[in-house]
Amino acid sequence: MDESYYKTGDLKKFGNVREFQEKLGDKFFDYYGEVFEEGALTKREKALIALAVAHAVQCPYCIDAYTTESLETGASEEQMMEAVHVTTAIRGGASLVHGVQMMNKVKDLSI
Amino acid sequence: MKSLKAEASSLADPEEQLKIINHHSAIIEEIPDFADRLSDINLFPLKPTGIDIFQMNVGYMCNMTCKHCHVDAGPGRDEIMTKEIFQYCLDALDGSEIDTVDLTGGAPEMNPHFRWFVKEVSAMGKHVIVRSNLTILTTNKYNGLPVFFKKHGVEVTCSLPFYSKYRTDRQRGKGTYQKSVEALKALNKLGYGKEDTGLMLNLVYNPVGAFLPGDQTEIETQFKKELKRKHNVVFNELYTITNLPISRFLHFLLMSGNLDDYMEKLVQAFNPAAAEGVMCRNTISVGWDGTLYDCDFNQMLEMKISEHTVQHIRDFDEISLNNRDIRINQHCFGCTAGAGSSCGGATT
Repeated sequence: MDESYYKTGDLKKFGNVREFQEKLGDKFFDYYGEVFEEGALTKREKALIALAVAHAVQCPYCIDAYTTESLETGASEEQMMEAVHVTTAIRGGASLVHGVQMMNKVKDLSI
Repeated sequence: MKSLKAEASSLADPEEQLKIINHHSAIIEEIPDFADRLSDINLFPLKPTGIDIFQMNVGYMCNMTCKHCHVDAGPGRDEIMTKEIFQYCLDALDGSEIDTVDLTGGAPEMNPHFRWFVKEVSAMGKHVIVRSNLTILTTNKYNGLPVFFKKHGVEVTCSLPFYSKYRTDRQRGKGTYQKSVEALKALNKLGYGKEDTGLMLNLVYNPVGAFLPGDQTEIETQFKKELKRKHNVVFNELYTITNLPISRFLHFLLMSGNLDDYMEKLVQAFNPAAAEGVMCRNTISVGWDGTLYDCDFNQMLEMKISEHTVQHIRDFDEISLNNRDIRINQHCFGCTAGAGSSCGGATT
């Protein structure tokens, strides 16, 4: 067993997942490539969204990849940190909004 | 920060740099030769397409010591082009159809013959580009230069690695961003960078770290939006330039442990279309002492022009130079990565 579950070198091996299931792997990477092409959103905007999502799913590979991609597409540190704060706001908000449910229950149970 | 030369670093030696980018690690040893990649696309030996740009490095002296500088320039560098060499350049340009003269350094403005040469060469009808670090234009000694540039129709191409203080100052030193904005405002005030004035003000973006530049148009859009929003500064075009793994940038790659990944990144991004358009094919580079090179990067690696053509500007022979084989090495992967890289930005 390896010392660590995550190894930085594994990011470069992402494409190797095709080895065990080529057809689905190909479909995924074709789709993935097309998602990140310039469209209604610029590549920079997509990189920042991916960076925010990477923090939400807490994937170290994705954080590595989309920090680089954000830098390469011309995002500033300020924009990148704002993206992470969007993640934080949504994650925190998702917990806090359940406080309403708690309040409802408190009111249901209280005299 | 001092230059590698001032620190007597082994990396100041071009031979050591070439050894590192060819043999530093098992990963680098496995990287294909640049010559082989050119052969794969029938571009080897690499030949010129003609000389459109006459680039002169007028000296390695600079008021700044930036972390990524491929010249290893700084205040202590005393390699400066003499008036005699400038005169050879004028002689070469006189009667030549070469239209563009590109002045670089160091800070080219610091050469004592700079103003004289610009006057002479612009009077010949040549288009002059000066590569300015911007901060020099805010000093007492040189703050009159923007007016001089305007008078002689000089195109000003400036280094500004990013539209934020944080990233710009990290690469170029504390206070650089503020001074750069000050210089850009002074240039704007004279009409530089504004529509219909004909006064060209371009910016050079290069990544502040071990990553490649993204799409030039998208980064230009970002720069225009942010510089306008934050400082009401305008400019004409932005050129993205890839950092080549030589000199101080190589030092950074080594010290930060990024060299292997960066070299792999450059090689993986090899683009045949970018290789077709590399700047050494339409440029000649004149060193401070008159020695000829295929480009400014080769100049810093002391890779002199092919021995089968003229070696010095005093012997300038356009026909012979146009028949030379361009000298290459592994650093050239920097100019062929992605959309390509040149002193005029992306090449595809």
